[in-house]
Amino acid sequence: MYSFEPSEEQQMLVEAVAKYASNDLRPASRPAEEGRELPKGLVGKGWDLGVLQASIPESYGGFGEHSAVTGVLAVEELACGDLAGALAVMTPSLFAVPVLLVGNDAQKKEFLPPVIAGEWRSYTAALIEYNFDFDPNDLRTSADLIGNEYVLTGEKAFVPFAKEAEAILVYAKCDGRTQGFIVPGDAPGLTVQDEREKLMGLNALPLYRVKLNGLQVSAAQRLGGAAGHDFEPVLAAMRLASASAALGVARAAFEYARDYAKEREVFGVKVAQKQAIAFMLAEMRTEIEAVRLLTWEAAWKLDQGKDDAFPEAYLAALGAADMAMMVTDRAVQILGGHGYIREHPVEMWMRNARGFAMLTGLAII
Amino acid sequence: MAIEFEAPKPVVQMQTVLKTVAEEMMRSKSRYFDEHEHEIPWDYIEFTHTAMKAMGGGSLAPREEKKQDDPAKPKRPPIGYQLLASQIEMLAWGDVGMYLVTPGGGLGAAAVQAAGSLEQRAKFLARFGEEKPTFAAMCMTESGAGSDTSAIRAKAALDEKTKEWVINGEKIFVTGGDKSFTEYEKLGKGFIVVWASIDPAAGRAGMRAFVVESGTPGVRVVKLEHKLGIRVSDTATISLVDARVPFENILGSPTVEKTTTGFKGAMATFDATRPLVAASGLGVARAALEFLKDKLKENGIEIRYGLPRQRLTNMEREVIDMEIMLKSAWLMVLKAVWLADNQKPNALESSMSKVKAGDVTTRITQKVVEMLGPLGYSREFLAEKWFRDAKITDIYEGTGQINRLVVARQILGYSGSELR
Repeated sequence: MYSFEPSEEQQMLVEAVAKYASNDLRPASRPAEEGRELPKGLVGKGWDLGVLQASIPESYGGFGEHSAVTGVLAVEELACGDLAGALAVMTPSLFAVPVLLVGNDAQKKEFLPPVIAGEWRSYTAALIEYNFDFDPNDLRTSADLIGNEYVLTGEKAFVPFAKEAEAILVYAKCDGRTQGFIVPGDAPGLTVQDEREKLMGLNALPLYRVKLNGLQVSAAQRLGGAAGHDFEPVLAAMRLASASAALGVARAAFEYARDYAKEREVFGVKVAQKQAIAFMLAEMRTEIEAVRLLTWEAAWKLDQGKDDAFPEAYLAALGAADMAMMVTDRAVQILGGHGYIREHPVEMWMRNARGFAMLTGLAII
Repeated sequence: MAIEFEAPKPVVQMQTVLKTVAEEMMRSKSRYFDEHEHEIPWDYIEFTHTAMKAMGGGSLAPREEKKQDDPAKPKRPPIGYQLLASQIEMLAWGDVGMYLVTPGGGLGAAAVQAAGSLEQRAKFLARFGEEKPTFAAMCMTESGAGSDTSAIRAKAALDEKTKEWVINGEKIFVTGGDKSFTEYEKLGKGFIVVWASIDPAAGRAGMRAFVVESGTPGVRVVKLEHKLGIRVSDTATISLVDARVPFENILGSPTVEKTTTGFKGAMATFDATRPLVAASGLGVARAALEFLKDKLKENGIEIRYGLPRQRLTNMEREVIDMEIMLKSAWLMVLKAVWLADNQKPNALESSMSKVKAGDVTTRITQKVVEMLGPLGYSREFLAEKWFRDAKITDIYEGTGQINRLVVARQILGYSGSELR
């Protein structure tokens, strides 16, 4: 059957997340961006909503079941509040979800309970590398088996909360495949750069460059154990997180521009009454809907284990990046000069939206 | 309820059957009928009619949901429109012009279905399952009234003595008008649904639809258009001079209230049919994209899914972007018809699906011709034909611009006078 209606449970979660996004994340977003810091307590409050906790089974310390569909619904709401705040709240997922998806049982038992027990702490992941042709399936950071240990060498970029990390899931190329390695935050050979990354957007999110210099890890720390793991399911979950976050940012921009256009007077009418503006809004809304349905379908396919779930998640992520750029650009355009001024949030959302083309790996569902 | 994307079994089964029909009855004749405009594809008409009758259908018009006999049985959610959209997409994948020549009620029956009473539906829709293939068409557009349907000049006056409606006017761009109205020996008795005003002073409030049976005196097919594409489908001009129809052939109330119910009836028809037209466009787009991918494969060009954008070739980017467009547009159609099946309001989703499908269908078919180079432009292949066929998707049943207007009014909460 086809159905486009989230379950009651999902609707309840979405409502709770949406409330937090509009009451907490949104008001904090501008000062956080300018001050390069998320306010104290904000991330903890989002963490207590239990989005990650509810996606981990009881046997590993959680109270639910992993669902990509639930994940994309929640992330859209969070990101509609604020992208930097959303990514901060979800940072522990970067570590926990891959362990849940492709880790072996021993790893799940060992590493999942500490992440989700108690307060938000920095469990994070390092995927991105600072190259123009960065490709998650073709990393430059290497993991070589020497004796019984893997030796990690390379440099990772844009690692959230690396400075205070309890543990980092580091992705490296191992026998030609992208593989995850669980690295404690204080491991010898791991150096977190002091200065934070300087990006066009996401300035509230503390992101760091991380160097791996002959860092040794055991086979037990290789995700999936000595045999390793498939990277595709992890990458698909990252792409869907990226797609749904793009949906959230785009929706924020669309709604803001729509409301502004209904207030702003020109030539004796509201600017929204001009077809030039009304048609832009109609197209923005249409493209958001298109990408949302593609993202939902890809998430559903992932949950069902369908053959084409991975390519479809890829399509959703690419489509979402383009859509978010188009929608946020138009939101700035609809506000005109005011859109360019930092008193309104649309310029920030436009900067954030551009990131989706290259920031796969900063979120996972 | 939960979010789900599993095609219902009847949809999958029907698609398998129709794929064979599309390949064997449609594709093989596509070029011939494109080059012999106004010839009638009798083989296709007779075959599909027989086949649909055998499958228990006989009409592409939305069917009434069957009454559940056993109340203990769990009620299955209705899927009539979903089935219809999937049928149309597959037939249009075969040949969209020929799909428009599929016997059954088409838009005429859809209007009866949406605006007619129970008795009217029983009376006018039963014929499509009978022995001979039968057509019905919708007559809305006039030379001075296209997207602005409120500018319709056709009039219907009640003759109080005979209790008949007397209709005068001229309708253009009637899809299937000839097969619906002209009496062919091989066809059953069809009808046209004519939109006319019963009170020109009342504006939209006076607008009504009338079922006009084929062969009605005073009604004539005066012209068949020569078109850019969908040439196998006839596009007729129909003139009505003192055409008399029985009183009970009016769809909706015979009196004019100070409301626009009658006009809204027409618009409700469009809410139901827009996603179906969108589906027909997407069938063409899928045909074109699949053809391109096959040609690339033949030439050893592989699409490397999963690479970041900046590592893809231009050809790969184009194909991937087209797939994104096509998949998401199809999902928008599914959502719009799913809402219709569940009797939820779908004016916004329906128009959005048409906006998107109009864009996607024209864009994909144009791109495919470009990507194929000289092969794309050649009439030895069908890509150039699909390019010409596709363009109509963004025009009929509300142009892309009219649908943008509908979407904009919905999302802004504006009336027609607030957003003109």
